[in-house]
Amino acid sequence: MTQTARPKKALPGQRKAVSLISGGLDSLLATKVIMDQGIHVEGINFFTGFCVEGHTHAIRKKDKQKEKRNNALWVAEQLGIKLHIIDISEDYKDIVLNPKHGYGSNLNPCLDCKIFMVNQAKAWSFMEENQFDFIITGEVVGQRPKSQRAETMPIIARESGAEDRLLRPLCAKHLPPTLPEREGWVDREKLFDFHGRNRKPQIALANELGFDEYSQPAGGCCFLTDENYSRKLADLWDARGERRYELDDIMLLKVGRHIRPNKNFKLIVSREEGENNFLSGYKREFTTVRPISHPGALALLDGTPTAEDLELAARIVGRYCKGRNEDTVTIQVDFKDGQGQVIETKPYPIGDIPKEWHV
Amino acid sequence: MTDKTPHQLNTRRLLCPLPVIRTQEKIKELQAGDILEVTCTDPGALHDIPAWCRVHGHSITDTRQDDLDIIITIRVEE
Repeated sequence: MTQTARPKKALPGQRKAVSLISGGLDSLLATKVIMDQGIHVEGINFFTGFCVEGHTHAIRKKDKQKEKRNNALWVAEQLGIKLHIIDISEDYKDIVLNPKHGYGSNLNPCLDCKIFMVNQAKAWSFMEENQFDFIITGEVVGQRPKSQRAETMPIIARESGAEDRLLRPLCAKHLPPTLPEREGWVDREKLFDFHGRNRKPQIALANELGFDEYSQPAGGCCFLTDENYSRKLADLWDARGERRYELDDIMLLKVGRHIRPNKNFKLIVSREEGENNFLSGYKREFTTVRPISHPGALALLDGTPTAEDLELAARIVGRYCKGRNEDTVTIQVDFKDGQGQVIETKPYPIGDIPKEWHV
Repeated sequence: MTDKTPHQLNTRRLLCPLPVIRTQEKIKELQAGDILEVTCTDPGALHDIPAWCRVHGHSITDTRQDDLDIIITIRVEE
């Protein structure tokens, strides 16, 4: 099997733009509009660790049938452009932990995030081996309550350092002319004046440009905008007594039931086979708790439990196995150091696990 | 045709897009004509790595499954 494409190279003297590709409709349109003006465009996409794409589909068996395409790559293919995916997860921690402009309704630092991404795109695109002339985003004035407002557009341009090399083709006519417009690299008259949350202009433009399939994620593409996810992250910081995280922490917040009976420990209980398999991969990093007398869920134990806590953990895991209605189940506890312990216990009665334990 | 020993890249346990990112980083170090075998466990990589290769002009010469491992073979192009 051989699959070869021929990505277009910039022609001598051709202006070059890098486009922030999220995989959604707006960045697709913004890119196409600029390509149609004869600019060589390449895409850039950032991995923060909080991206909704991919992970949950990869983990949960019930989602196995769903198409696993990466929308940013799919958009790049539709446009016939290169896409550079950059891992910024380590540097991004500072944005999540210390957002200068604060959070949105959850732990989403949207404005700081946009500034950071444009700044990273600038750093990448103006590197000697890349030499791009300007940056494109699919932003639309008034579309997002935190980051895409008339007041925030100049803040993003200024604080990212991109200044007037940042062009938003979909709402350019609401903004002062940028360098590419003033220099005549792009024709401002062929750009747009989209505004607000109404999607009809984008859909009409998509039809005009011949795109009849595109992704429109309803809740955005970042887990930090999700209330349940943000609550789990806040709980993690609270339990640790400090605001910090590693990549594995934030991946695990996307998986399983999180049950915290005490501040000193939490259980992550798998909900199905796919999650069981995924959590099994963490046996060396966590104490695991699993039923051996009956089929049932594997749980990771995060924290420093006492002997009493282990008994409680075993009872909770017993509640999520086939023996949940039995008088006794047998639970295997495996510690990180390879030691093990078997606990015979009565499963926690169904419905008796206090609601407030569920994070 | 030159007989090339494949370069190896292990992305087991990484979830997409990390296998793609690691592939992208590895290919930057390689020359046109080099062969890279990427081993992954995330089934999403079966879609994403070929898609990334298509937009960058590299060729997928083989994909195969070995128990839980997915092995994707790439020929690096110009």
